[in-house]
Amino acid sequence: MLEHIELFFKSIFVDNMVFAYFLGMCSYLAVSKKVSTAVGLGAAVIFVLTVTVPLNWFLDQYILQPGALAWIDGNRNTPELSVYADYDLSFLSFILFIATIATMVQLVEIIVEKFSPSLYNSLGIFLPLIAVNCAILGGSLFMQSREIETAGLALNYGFSSGIGWFLAIVAIAAIREKIRYSNVPAPLRGLGITFIITGLMAIGFMSFGGMLTGSGDSATPVVEELTEKVEEQQTTIEKEVKATQTVVVSELK
Amino acid sequence: MGLLSKKDTKLIKDPLLDDNPITIQVLGICSALAITAQLKPSIVMAVSVIFVLGMGNVVISLMRNIIPSKIRIIVQLIVVATLVIIVDQVLKAFAYSLSKELSVFIGLIITNCIIMGRFEAFALGNGPWRSFLDGIGNALGYGVILIIVGFFRELLGSGTLFGIKVLGDSVEKTGLYAIGYENNGFMVLPPMALIVVGIIIWVQRSKNKALIEEN
Repeated sequence: MLEHIELFFKSIFVDNMVFAYFLGMCSYLAVSKKVSTAVGLGAAVIFVLTVTVPLNWFLDQYILQPGALAWIDGNRNTPELSVYADYDLSFLSFILFIATIATMVQLVEIIVEKFSPSLYNSLGIFLPLIAVNCAILGGSLFMQSREIETAGLALNYGFSSGIGWFLAIVAIAAIREKIRYSNVPAPLRGLGITFIITGLMAIGFMSFGGMLTGSGDSATPVVEELTEKVEEQQTTIEKEVKATQTVVVSELK
Repeated sequence: MGLLSKKDTKLIKDPLLDDNPITIQVLGICSALAITAQLKPSIVMAVSVIFVLGMGNVVISLMRNIIPSKIRIIVQLIVVATLVIIVDQVLKAFAYSLSKELSVFIGLIITNCIIMGRFEAFALGNGPWRSFLDGIGNALGYGVILIIVGFFRELLGSGTLFGIKVLGDSVEKTGLYAIGYENNGFMVLPPMALIVVGIIIWVQRSKNKALIEEN
């Protein structure tokens, strides 16, 4: 449970998609002129990330990882016995992930259109755009490279990083609505000032970095124990090496 | 007339300044900013995008008459993904540490908006040779910004270029450091990439008034 809460806050504030990794910047800059449209796009991103990250987690676990195909002949828990143990398809991950995302976006569009026409009208134009939003593919790729352990954590990660993106785009849209009434230097108007404000917001978000480092007290004794053990082992190994050296030297004589 | 007619030269030259993909068209910022803390990854990223966009534009342009327009997004994504896998595997084979450093950002070339934008706006309506030039031009425009940002962030942030200490040693206090110069550690942090690009936009638009936006 604790790891879920930790991951949730970490993905929203510390590893924020926009402010820490610049993912989804294209639509972030293009669709942030009004708060209402920003909310629509943000909601669509949360939705698609929540669906695609766990889905791609299953793809990664059962098809892409080295030895992941072992479930085919019933050796899921003992992959080294399987005929498929040596198969490594991880080079295919880009193409499989993007295919899942494009299909899911299409599917989500059809489902939403059928069951909730009002939501479809408000998201309408944004849904197809989302297939090429870097934040979506980025979510799946980070899930893979950070080796997230369970499907539940993957779901959590997709949902919370979606919320982080939502927060960012709504905040910048609100600021841009206000800044229209200020006297910005002419060459900076529009794009320039948006970049600089995003930079300042990112500096603000960096202060969340220390939020999760407070609970490290219980971890230190373990580390100390381990270092002591390692040092002990090193000294014994050194003694053994010296002993064998002297034996060899005496034999040579 | 040589290899390139006037129209063709315009295809390459325009995106470098007055129609730059990053500062004017606002495309492809996603992967541009995160890897510019140093010069070397910036250049590798620029070269990768030049390869992917040049080749991708040619492929899409050759297939433009047989792609059904309803599924064209998926077809485009598959073409880009294939090219990006080639780049990724080549990097893993010949520059492993660099590929570790760029991590997921090579994969994110797939969703780089410049690439989809050029496919949609140019390659679907033009012949292979012109599409190739357009791809190279736009990727160069992207690369120029990346290299400028990478240059300033590495020089001011760590006092090095390509890892070579050009301003002297900060620990032994030689060169500029002897007279009290200090590195600006802030430059290597992510937010400064945004601010540096903001300043580039500012400079560019002060020189060319026609580009100034409405507030």
